[in-house]
Amino acid sequence: MTMFKQASWDEQVIFKLGGKDRRGCTLPSTETEIVKQVGNVLEKLPNSMKRTSLPNLPELSEVEVVRHFTRLSQMNYGVDSGFYPLGSCTMKYNPRIDELLAGSAGLNELHPYQDESTVQGTLEILYTLSRWLAEITGTYEVCLQPSAGAHGELLGALLMRACHKFNSDVENRTELIVPDSAHGTNPASGTIAGFNVVIVPSNRNGCVDLKALKSAVSERTAGLMLTNPNTLGIFEEDIAEIAEIVHKAGGLLYYDGANLNAITGKVRPGDMGFDIVHINIHKTFGTPHGGGGPGAGPIGVSKELARFLPVPQIACDQKRRRYYLDYNMPESIGKIRGFYGNVAVLLRAYAYILSLGAEGLEEAAEISVLNANYLVKRLKEIRGLELPYAEGRPRKHECVFSAKPMYKETGVRALDVAKRILDYGMHSPTTYFPLIVDEALMIEPTESVEKEELDRFVDALKTISDEAYSNPDLVKQAPYNVAVTRLDEVKASHPKTMALSWRMYQKRNVIKDAIP
Amino acid sequence: MKNNLPKTHTHPYIPNAMPKTKQEMMHQIGIESIDELYADVPKRFQLRHELKLPEPLSEHELRTHVQGLLGKNKTWRDMPVFLGAGCWPHFTPAAVDSIVQRSEFLTSYTPYQPEISQGILQAMFEYQSMICELTAMDVANSSMYDWASALGEAVRMTVRINSRSEVVVPKIIHPERYAALRTYVEPLKLQVKTAGYSKDTGLLNPESLKDLVSEKTAAVYIENPSYLGFVETQVDEVGKITHDSGAMFIVGVDPTSLGVLKPPGEYGADIVVGEGQPLGNHLNYGGPLLGLFACRDEMGLIRQMPGRVVGMTTTLKGDKTGFCMALQTREQHIRRERATSNICTNEALCAVASAVYLASLGPQGMRELGEAIMLKTQYAVQQLAGIKGVKAPVFEAPHFKEFTVNFDKAGRSGRTVRALHRTLLKQYGVHGGKDVSKEFPELGQTALYCVTEVHSKQDIDKLATALRRVLRKKR
Repeated sequence: MTMFKQASWDEQVIFKLGGKDRRGCTLPSTETEIVKQVGNVLEKLPNSMKRTSLPNLPELSEVEVVRHFTRLSQMNYGVDSGFYPLGSCTMKYNPRIDELLAGSAGLNELHPYQDESTVQGTLEILYTLSRWLAEITGTYEVCLQPSAGAHGELLGALLMRACHKFNSDVENRTELIVPDSAHGTNPASGTIAGFNVVIVPSNRNGCVDLKALKSAVSERTAGLMLTNPNTLGIFEEDIAEIAEIVHKAGGLLYYDGANLNAITGKVRPGDMGFDIVHINIHKTFGTPHGGGGPGAGPIGVSKELARFLPVPQIACDQKRRRYYLDYNMPESIGKIRGFYGNVAVLLRAYAYILSLGAEGLEEAAEISVLNANYLVKRLKEIRGLELPYAEGRPRKHECVFSAKPMYKETGVRALDVAKRILDYGMHSPTTYFPLIVDEALMIEPTESVEKEELDRFVDALKTISDEAYSNPDLVKQAPYNVAVTRLDEVKASHPKTMALSWRMYQKRNVIKDAIP
Repeated sequence: MKNNLPKTHTHPYIPNAMPKTKQEMMHQIGIESIDELYADVPKRFQLRHELKLPEPLSEHELRTHVQGLLGKNKTWRDMPVFLGAGCWPHFTPAAVDSIVQRSEFLTSYTPYQPEISQGILQAMFEYQSMICELTAMDVANSSMYDWASALGEAVRMTVRINSRSEVVVPKIIHPERYAALRTYVEPLKLQVKTAGYSKDTGLLNPESLKDLVSEKTAAVYIENPSYLGFVETQVDEVGKITHDSGAMFIVGVDPTSLGVLKPPGEYGADIVVGEGQPLGNHLNYGGPLLGLFACRDEMGLIRQMPGRVVGMTTTLKGDKTGFCMALQTREQHIRRERATSNICTNEALCAVASAVYLASLGPQGMRELGEAIMLKTQYAVQQLAGIKGVKAPVFEAPHFKEFTVNFDKAGRSGRTVRALHRTLLKQYGVHGGKDVSKEFPELGQTALYCVTEVHSKQDIDKLATALRRVLRKKR
């Protein structure tokens, strides 16, 4: 197995760099006529609101700024660097053409309050995208506003509230049901939307236990949030029964779109009975994750719920072929953020869908599933790993292995395996999630990766397994080949050693003291 | 793909789609068709038709098509635009755009594995640190979605801390931000009260505030500069009234003002929120934005913060400093239904842009920026105020970046900002400010104009000339 070596620059914190009066850019000038006419404008500020000392920002030349952040980037790892099988995050390739288009001045310099006649191009893109997303999810109307998946979840939960309120039932509908395999955002979003979260257990196949669901639903049920395929990568085959149970109880069915990439073009959430669907644009539609964002989390809804969506909806006057922002929505829940959504991200999705078309999107889903099942087959051979739940059933876009046997036999944990993978020049899978798998390694290859890379990943895990059984300490001390060795995450969160900003660090000076 | 060519190659984004590779992999899995992998999807739900989407385009066609659409737009580079109101046109150094396109940043995700993600972690730490310096606060998180959602999260945070049932906000607040706040707190059944303002100065009325604040008040929120552009000067008094009642003081800021305006940390803010877009992020028709969120160094506050926070640490060996996400036990992926927020994906790359931006400008640059904005704003005020029938600004107070312009005395009864702006745009190629006459009917036919460092004297003069002509013509 060839090893990898990440840059390790020992790059100082930016506050230690540069020197007095250095500058990283020039600013637009203010014409002398203006200065003459207006005079000293700062003097006109009352003392109560004057800044008396300059902010303690670093002073760097442009060269130093660019070098600093370039070096930092070299100590980071992205999809462009190599294999990134971070389960549930769909780290697929981010097409360069989409980046180029998103950098267009025609979008970058466009103000959201401009007259509609001056923004028709962008409105057309947004309107068209919303119709495509409705088609892909099998929903009636799509709202592009949520900034991320969890934001879409929050909006979805609020729509449930709005719907039950409309039916004068909101005081009774206090419970939101979430499976124990769900993403953490589901229960968190439910709580923020004011619901009590009720957890239903999974059955032996890792799917929602119908019996448990039946006893969980009641006249208090506001709805159920479900990921399908679920976080184990298994398709909830009882979805028709699940939908019936929830709907019969008067609840609504929410689709967490984290795993939509597996089924695009194969089966649609709306057809399965989901009333509200969110779409992680940055997963399924190939927009970059940006080190944690920005993404976009549009939601699609059934006809009955469309009236409650936030204002404005992007609409089209077909007769006049004019696009406009529709604020005429008297039952709308209002706003969940400023303006209309993460437009620059949505534009990339528009381009992505156009690059692939219906057939390409379906092919992406199929190959993502093929790749995951190929890994299932190959990784099963590896000593110390096992695939819990639903033996023999195909996975969809991801699979969750357990390193429990390895832990028992060698003391090497999933965390250690994850760290050691980094040494082989790949990103780790998601670890310790879903919670219903011990020592979980959640692996999502996506369709972006070639077979040879999948084989390299298998080889790396094989090598790591051999290492665990022959020299467990080697794995437990990993990583070695990345910018830093294993970090003390406890120290970062301990009140005594906490340094969450340069200010705090200087005030407490604790980290420095810890270094010999 | 249906491009009329036989399938001799795979789609560039899907390497394993080649029939031979597919066959080989299927063979190894032990299946004969991909359909077998979907056999557990109930037949009745399996999609029988192909999705109704347009035929795929080649890269070249795609570029032509999308740029053609975007070419229909007109931006502030094509005409002077005097719009702000929560999203402002500013100069972005080329270095900012170039750094955020570094694909190691661009194509990475949340640094769950800190050892291989030191770059983004250190950049986030530096972003947090520079936001702290700018606002004079101690701790900042690594981003919220935008100002509006940051405000919603901030108010919810105060309620978690003091379990009170009301929040007081100024009557002069961005209506969208107000609406988003209401959405965020509605499930808490929190009462949102609005404090009145002085008719002459626009400033928050301390008497009105005193009447509203009580032991039920979780937080008092002000914006500085205010939504209508004037600077709230009675901050010490507002802070005192707030803290005397045991409530928390939340201040919303436009960070470009903080090179010249007193930072909220120096007038008692417990939490600062704001919009980071102007710090190196483009308008992009209103998104992505960058929600600022900072608070004081107090464990009771820090433990209740929403969102990701990066902290400095050392290696386990203790031989090197490094960075990792801190206090993750507050977050949804650990704490689930008891998390302080549901936020996961945030606006990290926008925060990196802001870090590069702030490092590029430095302390002196931020001061000069603030001064340039005030100079140009004041110049615009003077040019417009000199036009007969125009009142600018409506309020007697210092303004930063934005100011109100009233046209009530501009003649011809029934004349509206809307109609006036349409004429400005169609006949003179100048885009006016935001019409706020529906938002604040008591202010009459008023618009909110925005002038930043990117507006030249020529732009402002063009506006003044155009307005003068339009108003003269119609009177």
